[in-house]
Amino acid sequence: MAVYDALLELADDHLILGHRLSEWCGHAPMLEEDLAMPNMGLDLIGTARTLYDHAGKLEGKGRSEDDLAYLRDEREYRNCLLVERPNEDFAHTMLRQFYFAAFMRPFWLAALNSTDVVVRGVAGKAEKEMAYHIRHAGEWVIRLGDGTEESAARMRDAVEALHIYVDELFDSSDDARIAEAAGVLPRRADLRGAWDRTVAEVFSEALLEQPRAAYAQRGGRQGIHNETLGHLLAEMQVIHRAHPGARW
Amino acid sequence: MTMTTPLWEVFIRPRNGLAHKHVGSLHAADEVMALQAARDVYTRRGEGNSIWVVPSAAITASDPDQAAENFEPTADKIYRHPTFYEIPDDVGHM
Repeated sequence: MAVYDALLELADDHLILGHRLSEWCGHAPMLEEDLAMPNMGLDLIGTARTLYDHAGKLEGKGRSEDDLAYLRDEREYRNCLLVERPNEDFAHTMLRQFYFAAFMRPFWLAALNSTDVVVRGVAGKAEKEMAYHIRHAGEWVIRLGDGTEESAARMRDAVEALHIYVDELFDSSDDARIAEAAGVLPRRADLRGAWDRTVAEVFSEALLEQPRAAYAQRGGRQGIHNETLGHLLAEMQVIHRAHPGARW
Repeated sequence: MTMTTPLWEVFIRPRNGLAHKHVGSLHAADEVMALQAARDVYTRRGEGNSIWVVPSAAITASDPDQAAENFEPTADKIYRHPTFYEIPDDVGHM
């Protein structure tokens, strides 16, 4: 069951961030980004689907990807807090995306050697997607950080707001530790160096400083979330809960 | 946004061996962002394996008012069309 729970954590990260990106659909500052953000969101949701499906089979209770995505409450969601942070402005959204992708790229590269064939398959696809997300979001971080007075101030605000959620990315829950010991998933703590390098490179071009977190906000892996997740789930799950088993 | 963000023309090559074809345009701050936007806007359904972006301002276009003198003189020169002989299959794309 530990591997099931560890896969669920990973799938929840992807679904929640994918949903956040989808919230920009029709609201982005320009048509090009209105397509780019849902594109990236669909990459993440695709990964989540495969992971839910796999986790459901490991659990062996016949739960489908839809059951896992739409019929669990806030406290059962195991995503890290970074991915549920609200979109706020474009600077927040791009920095959140950049932070997450800078973590997931080395994660999936390491997962290419997973002992689990499904995880290996996901890794081969997701590694390339994350490389693009780093590039796309990173270029925006650079242009906003080294842009106008207004854009630079917004990017600095985003750094200030999000940096306390970074450390949680590198924590492994008890379940994740078991999955890591079995060689199913890579050790999260080992990925810090790669993340630091990716962020440092972009931040130096963006004229941004990476603050040292005075404290780290944690709790997502235990199901302790910010209130924003409840609102997100309400919107994401309402159709499925109002019309159980509906198909179209 | 469109007041300050330059316009770019996008060309996609669908397969190796074919030419890049104009597919549309987009707004982007610079050439790096234009390439990313082109990837996101114009290759979502596997349309291509190579992208060019060109600043729209770099294109010199023919004058629509000169369309008659430019193009009409060719209308009655059907002997220029290569329709009087068969192209062998092996020639490929012409």
